Formats: sequence, C-alpha cells, structure tokens
Amino acid sequence: MSATMMDEPKAPLSLEDLDARLRAARAQESTKDPERSRTGDAGSGMGLGFRVATELVAGIAVGTLIGFALDSWLGTRPVLMVVFLFLGAAAGVMNVYRAAKGLDDSVGLGQAQRRKDRSNGS
Amino acid sequence: MANPVEQFRIEPLVPLEIGGVNVSFTNSALFMVVSICLVTAFLTLSVRGRALVPGRWQSMAEVMYEFVANMIRDNVGSKGRKYFPFIFTLFMFVLFGNLIGMVPYTFTYTSHIIVTFGLAIVVFVGVTIIGFMHHGLHYFRMFFPHGAPLATAVILVPIELISYCSRPFSLAIRLFANMTVGHIILKVMAGFVVALGVFGILPMAFLGGVTLLEFGIALLQAYVFTILSCIYLHDAIHMH
Repeated sequence: MSATMMDEPKAPLSLEDLDARLRAARAQESTKDPERSRTGDAGSGMGLGFRVATELVAGIAVGTLIGFALDSWLGTRPVLMVVFLFLGAAAGVMNVYRAAKGLDDSVGLGQAQRRKDRSNGS
Repeated sequence: MANPVEQFRIEPLVPLEIGGVNVSFTNSALFMVVSICLVTAFLTLSVRGRALVPGRWQSMAEVMYEFVANMIRDNVGSKGRKYFPFIFTLFMFVLFGNLIGMVPYTFTYTSHIIVTFGLAIVVFVGVTIIGFMHHGLHYFRMFFPHGAPLATAVILVPIELISYCSRPFSLAIRLFANMTVGHIILKVMAGFVVALGVFGILPMAFLGGVTLLEFGIALLQAYVFTILSCIYLHDAIHMH
C-alpha cells in the first residue's frame, strides 16, 4: 500500500507533514463508509450457496445431537430426539432465511430484522 | 488414476502413544508446525529492518496487520482491540494452512474437519466465556427477542439456542468443505489430463483456471473464518 505511493514525493518531506496527511486520509476513510453490512461471504454466489448448505446441515445436526444427549441423560429415548430434530431444522431454516435476506449473523432474528430495517430507513 | 481422496490420508511420521492415547506426530501435525514456522519467520524477518518507509516484505507484513486490525475495528469496535493477538494468530494459521495446501505434495490440514472444528470450538467457547464475563446471567436474555409474547418462549428459546450452538459447526464445515472440495476437483481434473492423452490439453486449461480460483478460495475462506469470529466476538461484547 504505502510502497505504491513512494514515487510521488521528490523532496524529502518532514515527518510531521506526513503524519498530518496520514491522519487526514484516515479520518476521511473512517467517515466514508460507517454503516457497512456485516455479512461474511455474501458477495459471491458460491459462497452464499455453501453457507446455506452448511447452515441447514449444522442446524439439524446440532438439534439432533442435543436431543440425543438429553435423551440418554433423562432416559426418554426417542421423544426428545424427535422434538429437537424439528427444532434444529427450524433453527437451520431460520439461519438460511437470515443468510438469504442478508441479515447480520448475530443472535436473535427479530433484532437482526429490526437493525436491518433501521439501517435501510435512515 | 490416483485416488482423489488419498491426499487427505493422515500418516503417522513419529508413532507415539501416551497413556493409551495415540498422539503420533503425523503429516498433518508436521504441516501445522511448518506453517507456524513460516508465519513466525515471515513476520519477524520482514520487520527486522524496522524501516520507516517499508520495503516489500515489511509492507506485506504491515498489510496483514492492518487488514486484521481494521477487521476488528469495523466489526468488534474498540473493545475488541485486546483480542487482536488471538484473531491475528487465527487468521495467519488458517491462511497459511490454506496456502501451503496449494503447493504440490503438501498436506492441507484445514481440509480435515477435526482441525477446523477444533479452531471453531475454541472460538465458540472463548466467545461464550467472554459474553458471560461482560454480561453475567443477562447474556441469556439475547436468546429471547424483545417484545415477543412470553408464551412463544417455549419454542423460540430452544430455536435460538440451537442456532447459537450451530455456529462452531457451520464455521468448521464451511472452511473444511471449501478446502476439501477444491482439492478433490483439482485431483480429479489432473487425472483427466493423463487419461485423455492429447485431448488432455482441455482439462489442463481448465485446471489452470481452477487453480487460480482455489487460491482465491484459500484467501477468502481464511477471511470468512476470521470475520465470523469477529462478528461472534462483537455479539458477546455488545449484546445489542
């Protein structure tokens, strides 16, 4: 980055001058784009596809795992596993919905939706 | 034709067993050590001159540093600054693992789900502990959306909880799947080059494109892994 700018100044500039210019450039950069979207790899279609697939699989797998663990702990073999399988599927679909809608990855669907609305409205 | 998944086989180089647990030094471990040595050498040697106007190597190291520092500043905020060493280490480890894997005859340790899952679970457990440290038991509140009827808590809380627990899995699977799929595609295409004889020039050209794409994916996935860790950290610290 800084190597590309080396060709322009011929006379040796003072360091204070350089520092001031750097600070001005940084300030400009930080005000330029304050509300950027915080979604990981939503840029490429392949990335989004991968994301949807992994979210679905991970949701169902984690739900089933939790159900299985609770079952073997409480001794209610198939019941909780089935319940948590569906809850896990719901969680997976919810995550896919968020990925498709371009919401951020933080916890809480309602809050993510509201944040998106707020950033679009303002 | 060579088996396309043979490249992922783990081979013990120094067989070792402690207390009945197999802790052999494998080819996977070897390349982890190699990548750590490369990262350390790259970062220490490149900034050895401490030049005010950086040379080629030093500006590469500075670009890496600034990239991660900006990522933390934009996604976590100023409170995330003290987690910089961890995030930077994570980024460099994944990045060099992905890139070393692009060199022929090497082993890609990020193509094993246990490695990526190990990294992801460290992030997950660490972020959860940080969340509880900052907010105490209030941290549980984020599993229930504000303003929703209380009766829906029975179904909403488990769903949000599962969604939260699925983070390390989706983080691990995304990195692992991208690396594994890419390497299998390369191997299968390379097999076609040999099998087709003269017409092998077609898959050969395709292979060149895919190799470039794989370099892109190696960089992108290291970025994705790190930025998602940053976003999770932001959640734990700020909790909205």
